[in-house]
Amino acid sequence: MSVKDYLRERYMPHLWCAGCGHGIVMNNLIRAIIDLGLSKNDIVMVTGIGCSSRISGYLDFHTLHTLHGRALAFATGVKLARPELSIIVPMGDGDAIAIGGNHFIHAARRNIDVTAIIMNNSIYGMTGGQFSPLTGHDKKATTAPFGSIDHPFDTVRLAMGAGASFVARTTTYHVTSMKNILKKAIMHKGFSVVEILSQCPTYFGKKNNMGNAVDMLNDYKTHTVPIGSKKKKENPDLIERGIFVQEEREEYCAEYEMLVKKVKKE
Amino acid sequence: MNKKKVFVQGNEACVEAALYAGVDFFAGYPITPSTEIAEQLAYRLPKKGGKFIQMEDEISSMCAIIGASLTGLKSMTATSGPGFTLKQEAIGFAIMAEVPCVIVNVQRGGLSTGLPTSVQQGDVMQARWGTHGDHSIIALTASNHQDLFAMTIEAFNLAETYRTPVILLFDAVIGHMRESLIIPEPGELPLVERLKTSVDEKTNYHPYLPREDGRLPMSDFGGVHRYNVTGLMHDMWGFPSTDPRVAYILMHHLYEKIEGHVNEICRMKEFYLEDANCILISYGASARSALHVVQSRRARGERLGLLELQTLWPFPAEAVRQKCERAMYVIVVEMNLGQIMRVVKRAIDDPNKLFLANRIDGELITPQDIKNMLRMIYGKGV
Ligand code: SF4
Repeated sequence: MSVKDYLRERYMPHLWCAGCGHGIVMNNLIRAIIDLGLSKNDIVMVTGIGCSSRISGYLDFHTLHTLHGRALAFATGVKLARPELSIIVPMGDGDAIAIGGNHFIHAARRNIDVTAIIMNNSIYGMTGGQFSPLTGHDKKATTAPFGSIDHPFDTVRLAMGAGASFVARTTTYHVTSMKNILKKAIMHKGFSVVEILSQCPTYFGKKNNMGNAVDMLNDYKTHTVPIGSKKKKENPDLIERGIFVQEEREEYCAEYEMLVKKVKKE
Repeated sequence: MNKKKVFVQGNEACVEAALYAGVDFFAGYPITPSTEIAEQLAYRLPKKGGKFIQMEDEISSMCAIIGASLTGLKSMTATSGPGFTLKQEAIGFAIMAEVPCVIVNVQRGGLSTGLPTSVQQGDVMQARWGTHGDHSIIALTASNHQDLFAMTIEAFNLAETYRTPVILLFDAVIGHMRESLIIPEPGELPLVERLKTSVDEKTNYHPYLPREDGRLPMSDFGGVHRYNVTGLMHDMWGFPSTDPRVAYILMHHLYEKIEGHVNEICRMKEFYLEDANCILISYGASARSALHVVQSRRARGERLGLLELQTLWPFPAEAVRQKCERAMYVIVVEMNLGQIMRVVKRAIDDPNKLFLANRIDGELITPQDIKNMLRMIYGKGV
């Protein structure tokens, strides 16, 4: 199977801008799925609203394009109803952490076997460049013309605190590790979170004078380091990437099945 | 026949009916006065291998049942007051994406937090227009537990028949009141199962292409057909489209599939209408007081009748018009500021003969409240 076999070409051209990081994520997600040998019929992709969420339309799985912020809530219904299916939920940063923040922490707490991919471009792209909870202090956006006074979430720490049993971060520059992390996240039995820093040259890049897509990719190379790297100690502003948490814990649907067995005996 | 007779709350009757109809998935969030539905299903569903989940909020409960329904399970949620408001966005999604599901709203008192443990029927219009954009909806109600049982099953049946969310609009009095209920034998009441596509794996399946009879066969998520479901305007493949023709056709389809079947969908009960010169129109708990008045006045020889609505939406306008044609007075009895009264006003030939007997203080409307209105109409003073 090739990458093309997973695309719904009928629905091309896609709406992503030239240089957008989301295409790189889609490409590597497909490669991860090919490597894992998963059947297309066994994958349900659930998305919310935003540039990133359009990914579900382009991929040949069972796809559910839902409401802004609610993808994980829909996904929880699908997964609990059919635990044998693999559920992948790509979301944007505003989608997952602002309007969808409550669903995000509770999906993590339940440790339901869903793979949440946060395509973090630090901006609301679809609506034209407003700041998100991951935009960052002093950064500019159409709704923060003088620089944002909001402090950002650290998605990794948020996911860890909420109880996700697999938490990782990578970028669109580090494609090989992105693919490998996605493979591990999809195979992980429990709630897995992969934050992927993904460039939006059209709004975030432009508003903050970050150059073109290539310049932004280079920034990911220079501003991130592997977990535990010495450089991070010298420069705390560097962002760590890699797998932060990977632990075996009772998964929600498995627990539900055990409960059913127990009450049926009574 | 050895029928099972039980003495239960309305909320419990609703649970019995949902199980009879084959509910396999419930997602909910605690809220008065509907919580007993979640509590009972938390106990009953695991025992039959069904799925129960208490979600983090009302919004996610509504989203979860849509996800579950797409995999082929009969799904439902239950709520009240503010919870119903929070669900509206996802109800709109279910209408747009044509996903069968049942939403119970046990109405409580007032707007906002209002009177959580009291009764009103103030969500009639929210059931109709709560979600944004033009659309149609099915909403059913009942005034006693036996009817509540039947209407709950009807809700599941209509949801599957028309591929749409169906709202059960009960109220705090019916939900919490105890009375006896005879649970029908299995098979006694007809159940509609999901219409599945006969298209095989190798043939293109169009999830949003209606058959000649207007129905849309479904294919379970996780099955052999992979398709897209979206809340955007979409074509027969389920793929987003901004083509004005596609939007026009879909808007029409979503509206007509319900409004075009008013006669098949609508249920109502008639009491002494044949010769009635004064007709009460009522529904839910209010209809109990209305029926009491009609029966006591009939005993005195007065020609009162009752039209009890069981389907509020789509509104059976033509049937109401015909039934009220010969009456001198029509009185809508409800516990709000006249939400159904205004709909009746548009339906009947002479709006000048229409009156409202209502109550909005969180107390159940009494026969005396209705009698006061009758005295006023007959010029006897209150
Ligand atoms: S606006 Fe930004 S995130 Fe959206 S498609 Fe364009 S580059 Fe990508």
